[in-house]
Amino acid sequence: MADRRQTKSKYTADRGIPGAFEGETITRRRFMTGTVHLTGLIGTAAIILPSLGFALGPMFEKHPEPWQAVGAVDEFDAATYVPKVIVIVAGIGQAGKSTVYVRKRDPKIDTEPQDQYNQFVAISTRCMHLGCPVRFVEAAGRFICPCHGGVYNFRGEVDGGPPVRPLDRFYTRTRNGQVEIGPRYSVNSELKRFSPRDPGETLDGIGPYLYPSRPSVRKLPGT
Amino acid sequence: MARLKLPAPPKSLNPAPKRPGEGNGTVTAKDAAKEAGVTVVDWVDERTSLSGPARWLMFRKVPKGTNWFYTLGSGTMFAFLNQAITGVFLAMYYDPSPTRAYESARFITNDVFLGELVRGMHKWGATVMVILIFLHMARTFFFGAYKYPRELNWVIGVALVILTFVMALTGYLLPFDQRSYWATIVANNITASGPLVGPYLADFLRAGPEFGATTLSRFYSIHMLLVPGLIGALIGAHLYLVAKLGTTAPPWQKVDDLSAREERA
Repeated sequence: MADRRQTKSKYTADRGIPGAFEGETITRRRFMTGTVHLTGLIGTAAIILPSLGFALGPMFEKHPEPWQAVGAVDEFDAATYVPKVIVIVAGIGQAGKSTVYVRKRDPKIDTEPQDQYNQFVAISTRCMHLGCPVRFVEAAGRFICPCHGGVYNFRGEVDGGPPVRPLDRFYTRTRNGQVEIGPRYSVNSELKRFSPRDPGETLDGIGPYLYPSRPSVRKLPGT
Repeated sequence: MARLKLPAPPKSLNPAPKRPGEGNGTVTAKDAAKEAGVTVVDWVDERTSLSGPARWLMFRKVPKGTNWFYTLGSGTMFAFLNQAITGVFLAMYYDPSPTRAYESARFITNDVFLGELVRGMHKWGATVMVILIFLHMARTFFFGAYKYPRELNWVIGVALVILTFVMALTGYLLPFDQRSYWATIVANNITASGPLVGPYLADFLRAGPEFGATTLSRFYSIHMLLVPGLIGALIGAHLYLVAKLGTTAPPWQKVDDLSAREERA
């Protein structure tokens, strides 16, 4: 077989194919087969690629996270939390709202470095085990999750149960005498800021590499 | 390889020839109806040759010892068909928007004629399907019916069981009550806790970093279009392989009969 192939010329004219042009090396049958395959490929890609982009697009889309005023500065003190409802996702009714616990920063217990965004501490109610809503129990001075028994201390650090990191927080600032809640951020066990991660994703050790930051949500610049 | 003869329909299905003198050449309405049926079937068969595949599928030999455990697969398929049919009708009333979903589900249950029944069939049918598919899987495992040459059918079956779970998961959100909502939040976060790909997979399911305006419709589309199509196609492949390879005898069935027959020969 190998010998027969070698004796064949690469020019179709030499091989005696009817209607061959001079210098032509690809038979018309091969050319047509290739063209049809290529057309099919382009057609399929033209359907698949936009559909895929359509389905995957929201993963990369940034959402506006407007600052929301939750009350006057003197409403909050450092001794306890005040629950406030903010809108996480607009336009979907109750499903888009969430409770946030807000208090004034207390330099005696809040040892993380102070900056313009944590004069007030705003703790998210999303449990860092699997995302159930935690509530602050005044008598215990702790956050307790109803689903699987996660317990967090006054600063939102894990006291017990399955959660893998402290409760998420929100950036806060003061404008016109009002406390405003900004975007969410996640913290590791030393309360160092990270871009928002889903519950169940640890941020200690190699955690930040196992659960990379997502393109759609980042920390505020400079924090 | 010798070509296998197509199995013939059982003799009992063949019509008995007319006895001499019977009917005396008069055509009764029954004869005419029978003739019309045969003509229609013939017309289709002449143009499609479907009678061969139909005989291949329907008049297969089954091994001695075949018992009620062998009906679990069909049971699962009928549970799926129940889900498909009731699902189509539920979709006529259901509205997958975060502000309307709960209200439309309530409307189906309380106001639509037989709505409670159809929704109940879909809800309980889902549970029945999961139970049946597990029993079917257990039957296949304990009877050793996954062994050569049926490994590929086992693999298809595993894909079907996973797709059934996807149906259960995505369907759970649709009533959009407290239980649905929080169960989906938890399920999504379990997905997200997988290293490296988890966060992106969860973002894909939720259509963003938060449970948002299109999460529900995304789940709905996966639940009623994407996965049912896949399940339907895979059931086709599963059934083709069952018909092609035949079913196994139960493990307690002895082969003595066969060897005794060979000895006699």
